[in-house]
Amino acid sequence: MPTEAPVLRVRAVSKSFGAVAAVQGVSFDLYGGEAHALVGENGAGKSTIVKMLAGVHRPDAGTLELDGVPIELNTPADAKAAGIAVIYQEPTLFPDLSVAENIAMGRQPLGRFKTIDRTAMIEQAEQLFTRLGVSIEPSRPARGLSIADQQLVEIAKALSADARVVVMDEPTAALTGVEVERLFAVARSLRDHGAALVFISHRFEEVTALCERVTIMRDGRHVSTDLVSEVSVDEMVRRMVGRELGALFPKQEVTPGAVVLSVAGLTRDPVFVDVSFEVRAGEIVALAGLVGSGRSEVVQSIFGVDPRDAGTVTVAGKTLKPASPRAAMAAGVALVPEDRRQQGLVMELSIERNVTLPRSRALSQLGFLTGSNERRSAKEWTQRLKTKYGRLQDEVGTLSGGNQQKVVLAKWLATAPKVLIVDEPTRGIDVGTKAEVHRLMSSLAAEGVAVLMVSSELPEVLGMADRVLVMREGRLVAELDRERATEESVMFAAMGQEATV
Amino acid sequence: MTAAPARADSAVELPTAVTRRSSLDLVLRARELGIVLALAALVAVTAISNPRFLSGQSIRDILLGTAILAVLAVGQAVVVITRNIDLSVGSVLGLSAFTVGTLLRDNPGLPVVVALLIGAAVGGACGAVNGVLVRYGNVPALVVTLGTLYVVRGITYFWAGGQQINADELPAGFLDFGNATFLGIPYLVLIALLVLVITGVVLRNYRLGRELYAMGSSPQAARLAGISVGRRTIGAFGVSGALAGLAGVLFAARFGTIDAAAGTGYELNVVAAVVVGGVAVFGGSGSVWGAALGALLLTTIGSSLAVLEINQFWQQAIVGGLILLAIGADRLVAARVAASLKKRGSHVS
Repeated sequence: MPTEAPVLRVRAVSKSFGAVAAVQGVSFDLYGGEAHALVGENGAGKSTIVKMLAGVHRPDAGTLELDGVPIELNTPADAKAAGIAVIYQEPTLFPDLSVAENIAMGRQPLGRFKTIDRTAMIEQAEQLFTRLGVSIEPSRPARGLSIADQQLVEIAKALSADARVVVMDEPTAALTGVEVERLFAVARSLRDHGAALVFISHRFEEVTALCERVTIMRDGRHVSTDLVSEVSVDEMVRRMVGRELGALFPKQEVTPGAVVLSVAGLTRDPVFVDVSFEVRAGEIVALAGLVGSGRSEVVQSIFGVDPRDAGTVTVAGKTLKPASPRAAMAAGVALVPEDRRQQGLVMELSIERNVTLPRSRALSQLGFLTGSNERRSAKEWTQRLKTKYGRLQDEVGTLSGGNQQKVVLAKWLATAPKVLIVDEPTRGIDVGTKAEVHRLMSSLAAEGVAVLMVSSELPEVLGMADRVLVMREGRLVAELDRERATEESVMFAAMGQEATV
Repeated sequence: MTAAPARADSAVELPTAVTRRSSLDLVLRARELGIVLALAALVAVTAISNPRFLSGQSIRDILLGTAILAVLAVGQAVVVITRNIDLSVGSVLGLSAFTVGTLLRDNPGLPVVVALLIGAAVGGACGAVNGVLVRYGNVPALVVTLGTLYVVRGITYFWAGGQQINADELPAGFLDFGNATFLGIPYLVLIALLVLVITGVVLRNYRLGRELYAMGSSPQAARLAGISVGRRTIGAFGVSGALAGLAGVLFAARFGTIDAAAGTGYELNVVAAVVVGGVAVFGGSGSVWGAALGALLLTTIGSSLAVLEINQFWQQAIVGGLILLAIGADRLVAARVAASLKKRGSHVS
């Protein structure tokens, strides 16, 4: 275990985006020759930390110290110059350029008249690959390399820059078992050469296999930093999720009615496989799991935005035509998508237009949309949802995030759905609006709507749902009723750990 | 060093790597080769039908026309490689030609070199404006340069006010420059070759040039790699503008008659030459050599249609067909290359 001074110290850094505090006063130290795991739930602020180290975001407060000297990383070039290399989950290579050129970009060996010495450049790449023990052809274009190979190229890039700090942001998420082993072998050799490694992963077996030290983050704050050998996996999970469940969730008790939405054997290989469940009238069912476990894809397939390979979706006894949002809407399904800016709203159109968009046919007379009809309908729903706006004619893009979300909800609620699917209904909106959205979902359920909610926020899942379905890597792995669903049991199921609590 | 032991198979892999490299190169070269073959076939057919096509005067005309188009195409290629486009080059050519023409009419003693530099400076300024608008306005280059296409042309019309500069108003020395040769090669062609070689070498062998390819290949990765994307974008448009300005002076020297409409519609010829020459419109690949060959092919088609007494209107249809053919061939080659690269696959599996 290294005893010398830390290579890089992260000291009390904070970063906010608008009103959302992504990282608040986080500190930890990185030592040379040591692999340091950074773990936390989705949205705990890990990626923001990575982007600060990469020079993409500047901390609002706090400092980074390299060898005890404070440094400012204003651009990716600064981070590179400081010897910090970042390997993203999706590597960022130049597909049209050769592998050797990708590695050497900005530091190409120069020959006469400052021209690039290609032979030396390719030799350099060959040497790096030999050192890493991999055989990638340096002169082939980067296009067509597997994700695993692309990451190895990124690591070679870090090596060639003599990076002293190598940050790997969920490098294993897209790799197969063999590829992960190969990556770990390379990472270990990097570490043994004195580099400080930052490793981000959701898989605890990888953290314990690779890392010496682990920092746990929650809600943008630092929870703890320990030696991996001194903290159990159970303890790590508990620290990741452990927080008070506020009285924020006004869930009304409802006796579920008949089955409204029934999904059987839904499959789209390899994104999700054999997903089956039912949602009853008046019930709120949460679909939980890690980002990338296939939750959003499942609901998009139910609504017909995405195609499916197999399986059936039945709404109130009627089987839906696959891949047809129109059929789903006609059967009474409404989907409030995850990304409201991209999928939920037409930002340039007025508020009223957005609200009435799915019903433009019903509201039109002789094929023409009349302003008064539109306005009346839009007014009714925006008032019911307590949306704050200037005029109904204002562009939706001018509203705050929370109010935009209300407009999306108004748009779909106005269609009087039997099944309401909401994907991350409260992402990026303030606490007050959150509570209103929750109250609304609860009252809709009480009116007999079947609600299916995808959410990464555990308190929301536990506070709102009658039942929790947990997905992991494209499969439904657990179904927990309200009594059995706890933060630990959901997290354990989502991460594939045995529940021992 | 206690690095992971080198894989035994890496040594075995090497010889195959070498042959693969050359075969891949061959696929990429095939593009330039295709243009050369098309050119040879075209010249052969035309010459058989009318031997006058190979007369000195005819070849000179083709080369002079190519020289102007190639200078524009080289500048355009630089911009297209960075995943942008410059539609304003025809208008910039017109403004530069008219500026230099007016200056020469009023100051007949002005040396040719100074005229060339002034033209390039006028164009460079226009290009820099394009670049700044693209960079800071965050507007696609297509829209920005479509705007400046009209703005620059409008300025030229306003300034010219319907007047025209005729050959007899220009100094004889300048007109000579448009026709004179050095060792049998017209000066215009020499200038075009110089521009081509310098740009080609910078793009291929200098860090600056490779960064332009990198930007076009993946703008996001370029930013993360610490390339100053904004400055390079402005620089690329500046080069394209300066070369369009230079082409304006060549245009003035060759034709002698300049009005405000000089170079109208050139931008489409230029883009066609670049695309036919194998520069990918999505950036990141292609070369100025290909673009120059494209310019030669398009110019030759124009003259050979005249010689073959085919209606000039067919020329547009043929150029259009060539563009579609070029893009189709690109897609085909890209799909083939992608498939073969995938097949080689990961060393891990």
